[in-house]
Amino acid sequence: MTSDPATWLYPTPKGLYCEPGDFYIDPSRPVERAVVTHGHADHARPGNTSVMATQQTLDIMQVRYGERAGTSLQAIDYGESIAVNGVDVRMAPAGHILGAAQVIVDWKGYRAVISGDYKRAGDPTCAGFEVIKCDLFITEATFGLPVFVHENAGAEAARLVASLAASHHRTHLLGVYGLGKCQRMISLVRAAGYDRPIYLHGALQGLCDYYASQGVELGELRPVADETPETLKGQLVLCPPSAIADRWSRRMNDPLTAFASGWMRVRARARQRGAEFPIIVSDHADWPELLQTITDVEAGEIWVTHGREDALLHQISNMGLKGRALALVGFEDEGE
Amino acid sequence: MHAFAELMNRLAFTSSRNAKLDLMQAYFRATPDPDRGIALAALTDGLNLRLPFRRLVAELMEPHVDPVLYKLSRDYVGDTAETVSLLWPVHNGNAPVPSLGEIYETLQSIKRADAGPVLSGWLDALDANGRWALLKLVTGGLRIGVSARLAKTAIAQAFDREVAEVEEIWHGITLPYENLFAWLEGRADRPDPGDTPVFRPVMLAHPLEDGDLEKLMPGEWTAEWKWDGIRVQLAGNGQELRLYSRTGDDISKSFPDIGDAFLGFSGVADGELLVLRDGNIAPFNDLQQRLNRKSVSAAMVKNYPAHIRFYDLLFRHDADLRTLDFTARRAHLEDMLAANRFSRASLSEVIEFESFDDLTVLRDGARDANIEGLMLKRIASPYLAGRPKGHWYKWKRDALTADCVVMYAQRGSGKRSSFYSDYTFGAWRTSADGADELVPVGKAYSGFTDAELKKLDKFVRDNTTDRFGPVRAVKPELVFEVAFDAVQPSTRHKSGIAMRFPRIHRIRWDKPAEEADRLDTLKTLIAQ
Repeated sequence: MTSDPATWLYPTPKGLYCEPGDFYIDPSRPVERAVVTHGHADHARPGNTSVMATQQTLDIMQVRYGERAGTSLQAIDYGESIAVNGVDVRMAPAGHILGAAQVIVDWKGYRAVISGDYKRAGDPTCAGFEVIKCDLFITEATFGLPVFVHENAGAEAARLVASLAASHHRTHLLGVYGLGKCQRMISLVRAAGYDRPIYLHGALQGLCDYYASQGVELGELRPVADETPETLKGQLVLCPPSAIADRWSRRMNDPLTAFASGWMRVRARARQRGAEFPIIVSDHADWPELLQTITDVEAGEIWVTHGREDALLHQISNMGLKGRALALVGFEDEGE
Repeated sequence: MHAFAELMNRLAFTSSRNAKLDLMQAYFRATPDPDRGIALAALTDGLNLRLPFRRLVAELMEPHVDPVLYKLSRDYVGDTAETVSLLWPVHNGNAPVPSLGEIYETLQSIKRADAGPVLSGWLDALDANGRWALLKLVTGGLRIGVSARLAKTAIAQAFDREVAEVEEIWHGITLPYENLFAWLEGRADRPDPGDTPVFRPVMLAHPLEDGDLEKLMPGEWTAEWKWDGIRVQLAGNGQELRLYSRTGDDISKSFPDIGDAFLGFSGVADGELLVLRDGNIAPFNDLQQRLNRKSVSAAMVKNYPAHIRFYDLLFRHDADLRTLDFTARRAHLEDMLAANRFSRASLSEVIEFESFDDLTVLRDGARDANIEGLMLKRIASPYLAGRPKGHWYKWKRDALTADCVVMYAQRGSGKRSSFYSDYTFGAWRTSADGADELVPVGKAYSGFTDAELKKLDKFVRDNTTDRFGPVRAVKPELVFEVAFDAVQPSTRHKSGIAMRFPRIHRIRWDKPAEEADRLDTLKTLIAQ
């Protein structure tokens, strides 16, 4: 029975369910027992009773949800193994954001890896992806099209720093996802030699403080709220992507609007967002990384969750592997 | 090639005119010959590389990518050149990146059989942006929102010159424009176009504002009708003839009938290009059928015959008349037309008047829909480049107006990127099921103050019913009094009409949407 994993690990309306362990992975609705891969809102939702995740993911959930993060929070370190109703649950770094983990489920000699969101490229703000050989690998497919090949993140950040030097009269307004991308971009521009203060939209402050408390160097950060259009001239300002089109951005004079996301690879998408300066940096695996990972884990069966699964499933079958689209509700395709 | 690719990439994402000029100026100052000249050609008249690159690219791509994945990718990306640039397999080799000059020179003389391997080698050497720029370059049509005139403005400004100085010699110089840059950098004299029929910067008019008329003396001014066509310049040296738009684009190829009709013309003349059928000027829409066409069919020429109504003469043979006053130039123009008897030519009529009141009556009484209003020209003025103050005025007919309901709003760009500043509005009609429905009749983004824009933006945000990317649908509650110059029939719009130059005249916060105008009312305004 274990040889067909679908008999004991399957999607339900509440999310992916492990029947013998009686737990859900990244449930989309409140459940009794949740195992959470990482802190992004479409994976870590409030209102579960018992939550098992890395300490950092639990911390992030508490920063975001406070009391609603869960009734009982159980931290599990990378590499540590915990038995849940006879099922062995373990975590390994996913390389996605701070605290992000792949969930390794061993039951009756069969191993399934639920990778959550992941990337293979280096990232100074989180632990790097670890290859876990397994029988079943469950992968995301956010950038599951061969056109998605991300640029070198350091070089992209250097372009931004060069533009700050060249267009010193313009505020550079960078739209970033608040958890992970924000801190990674700050860390990258610091590594590219930018040492002036960086200004933050209020919504980004809390998680930056948390990253800094975890030893991620972000340099001097200042709230935008205290500034005027004049003092922001030529400065780097970070905000959530939605704030660029919002009234909030009117406090800046004719800013240069930049977005950092894997979607920026495609011009029509970048233009749709109104990006004047698209930066192709992503926390999700690009196409070559997806294929590399599928090869590396040596799994006989690959399930594909959210994203562009058509192309990836076609490729998996070209690779002689068994693939399956896993229709899971609640994950945001656009959430980068 | 790297600098050019970076320029293309930045321009493609930049909406502000000034920011585009900054980017181009920096490029032209920093890039050596001949690369910058080739870039300039690509940004202005195009490189006209005559190889079947689309087919070539498809051939090159085939061995590298699974057809299913190619199709899914192409559908997602929406552009072949971009798809190929992204799908091209990455080589971490160290093939040398070609320079723009090298690319151009190679493609000029390449044999069809060699083109594939050569292109393939370049694609291997370039990064994704470089591949995109290269493919855009060789397939023609950069589509990065830069007009030829903007590129010319950029090179002039980059070296502290007037764009008119560049325009005057533009059509007498050729790629890679090394003599142009030598002059701009002060290393040589301005290139001499010889007797090439080059473009001469045109003289433009200011709109006549309230109160202007009281300051003018009727006896110092002459008046002509302002025709609704496109302003053109005809330049010839007796053998060669060229037709230019008012921005200096060579549009000769779109109008072979003009080329034939003015064979042997020697000089430079200013006029309005119109479609004239059986002695009557056709609506602007008809002229539009003839614009921006690379090849012109015989049927096109027959059904939409082009004609020039002449306003002015700048050169007669090689004698420069521009310093003469209007009367003297006009005498030369009349004399030139009488001497040549060109078909497809007519003289713009000079309107007799005693007082400006006479003109007001004439202007308001003009029945012809192709008359936009009157032109007032100061008799003593020479023919001056650009839009000098106090010499020529355009005195448009009073606009038509209609009350329309705001249906959609789109976010602006640049300084307006946080504002819903572009509005689509509609008029009422009776739908198939008998109920009233709104149908879009036009779009406008001007005619309001900054304070009004803030209020409109708030209305849009508070009354959104649906979102489509940067566009919001709003509750049909707000009425605009829209001003426009004319209504024309249109097969491209659902409403069957198109407004010419719509702008927002007044915001009618007070007016109930049900009382806005009906489509049928707008249709009665269609010019006969």
